[in-house]
Amino acid sequence: MDLFEYQGKQYFARYDIPVSPGDVAYTVDEAVAAAEMAGYPVVVKAQVQVGGRGKAGGIKLADNADEVRLHAGNILGMDIKGHLVKRVWVEHASDIKKEYYASYTLDRAAKKHLLMLSAEGGVEIEAVAATNPDAIVMLHIDPVDGISLAAARDAAVRAKIDDEAVDGVADMLVKLYRCFTEGDCDLAEINPLILRPDGGVHALDAKVSLDNNAAFRHPEWDEFRATEELDEREQLARTHDLQYIGLDGTVGIIANGAGLAMSTLDVVNQVGGSAANFLDIGGGANADMMAAALGVINFDENVKSIFINIFGGITRGEEVAKGIVEALGRVELRAPIVIRLDGTNAEEGRAILANAGIPESKLISKPTMLEAARAAVAIAQGA
Amino acid sequence: MAIFVNEHTKVIVQGLTGGQGKYHGLRNKAYGTQVVGGVTPGKGGTDVEGVPVFNTVAEAVAATGATASFIAVPPKAASAAILEAAAAGIGFIVCITEGIPAQDEARTYNTLVRDYPNTRLLGPNCPGIISPGKCNIGITAGEIAEVPTASGPNVGIVSRSGTLTYQALYELKQRGIGVSTCVGIGGDPVPGTNFIDCLKEFQADPETHAIIMIGEIGGSAEEEAAEFIKANVTKPMSAYIAGVTAPEGKKMGHAGAITSGGKGTAKGKMEALAAAGVKVGNNPTEAGDLMAEIVAALKG
Repeated sequence: MDLFEYQGKQYFARYDIPVSPGDVAYTVDEAVAAAEMAGYPVVVKAQVQVGGRGKAGGIKLADNADEVRLHAGNILGMDIKGHLVKRVWVEHASDIKKEYYASYTLDRAAKKHLLMLSAEGGVEIEAVAATNPDAIVMLHIDPVDGISLAAARDAAVRAKIDDEAVDGVADMLVKLYRCFTEGDCDLAEINPLILRPDGGVHALDAKVSLDNNAAFRHPEWDEFRATEELDEREQLARTHDLQYIGLDGTVGIIANGAGLAMSTLDVVNQVGGSAANFLDIGGGANADMMAAALGVINFDENVKSIFINIFGGITRGEEVAKGIVEALGRVELRAPIVIRLDGTNAEEGRAILANAGIPESKLISKPTMLEAARAAVAIAQGA
Repeated sequence: MAIFVNEHTKVIVQGLTGGQGKYHGLRNKAYGTQVVGGVTPGKGGTDVEGVPVFNTVAEAVAATGATASFIAVPPKAASAAILEAAAAGIGFIVCITEGIPAQDEARTYNTLVRDYPNTRLLGPNCPGIISPGKCNIGITAGEIAEVPTASGPNVGIVSRSGTLTYQALYELKQRGIGVSTCVGIGGDPVPGTNFIDCLKEFQADPETHAIIMIGEIGGSAEEEAAEFIKANVTKPMSAYIAGVTAPEGKKMGHAGAITSGGKGTAKGKMEALAAAGVKVGNNPTEAGDLMAEIVAALKG
């Protein structure tokens, strides 16, 4: 789950990482109140999860309440690359002497945490990596050991962070690492991390991506979930705990296992069709989940056929079959189902489907993935 | 032969009294696997359909001589279960648990590397391993795995995706091609066992004559495997990579399956493998067809 800038800053603050004083605002009046609290001059920043906010006019400086009204009024409701601005972050404008970059991620190849630190912040780190890779210090950290203040300080010196900022940056690196690990982030990035003329350092931006698998130990994430921008189909899938990604094709896809679901998309594509979605009902899916998955697919007006591709391991064939029969009893599906069922208890499952008295106009069974894909695509294309 | 597990492997199931542990543990036993015990804290002294349950892995090992563990416990408990098994001297751990936080996984992996270098972890979030006719640990339906023949040629399978592992087994079964061992390494960001670990074993295993590799988008494990294959693998290979049509920047179900900045794409991985001499199919069936051609050529 990706956080908005203001949520990232609030998350940073939990780990004592200094950020500019400010608040989030949903209306012009709230923006003015936030500005009064933060102290002028302030920056009014559009909260959208897409780059290029500044160029689009989504970040403005304001010296007084009238200017805040003007800018907040313009920015709220603005469309930035297809993202509607529903809220702004208003914070005290900082004097900037230098801009640095710091981030932690998991380096999957090395199986260690990776700190990236650079004295050249404020620009896309990918651009720095391309033009001046030596300007980025990369430090692998053993997750068992973590990062010490001494190691953080050493990294800051090697990254050519200005002398007066080294201690402050090192302190922030240790705090950011705590946020990254205890806070269960996939990514914790500060760009820019600024040095002020008074010698202090703080985070001027926050990019945080949280690991959904850790949600069970973070009740504080509930409020982030509430603002996550999902389309209606994705919302519905979320309530049923289904792994769903909306796409724009005409063949609805249900598969068990992420790999098989991806592969199903590929095969549909190869036989000339296009998938309406990615949907993994997961291991151990039962009748209820299958019925819920069909409900989500049925919500999508573009769907012309539904391809159910099941290969049973944990998922049992008879459960899948029961789910389909149940769903057909509960809801009027907008499109016929093409099913390919194999693996654990597949024969029992196929028998349940065959004996349920479902007409062929609603359910077709095919023995292989390719044949099922061809049948589903043919129906979707009106053949 | 076979790799990692065989008819002598003695297995305990951590979480045998839970729903998944019981269902699959007993299925593994019915397949012929030596399932010698289960572990559930507080339920020691009981049994699950004749399989004795112990309170700790150490007790189970002392009583049964178990060498492998099958972990089927919830995400919250998985890291502790893995480390408990390693501390008790278990050499081969299969963890099927899906949804373990990445931070836990990274810490657990690095703890194993440092403190228990003789323990191999398969998974988490993997379907397990099957050496057909000998040993099945995990959730694979044993009947879809073709038993290897004495004369060969037999195929080794290594896969990042659970259901595609079954698909690969099924493709070979349809063609009557024997499988030496099928390893599902799992789709999480920090797998305990990777492609290269398996390729190394398959290359050394006299019962394995050819190898199928199933990868997916995200990370660089397939590219690293391609480098390894180029330098070290002489046995013929076919491969398939899932996710050709995956949109960029979206996690495709598996925490590890995401492409970003043009990296980790299926196309790049397919090209790397092809450059290493691997025959790459556009779908699982095509990879199976390519393997059938390889096997026919090996038979000469």
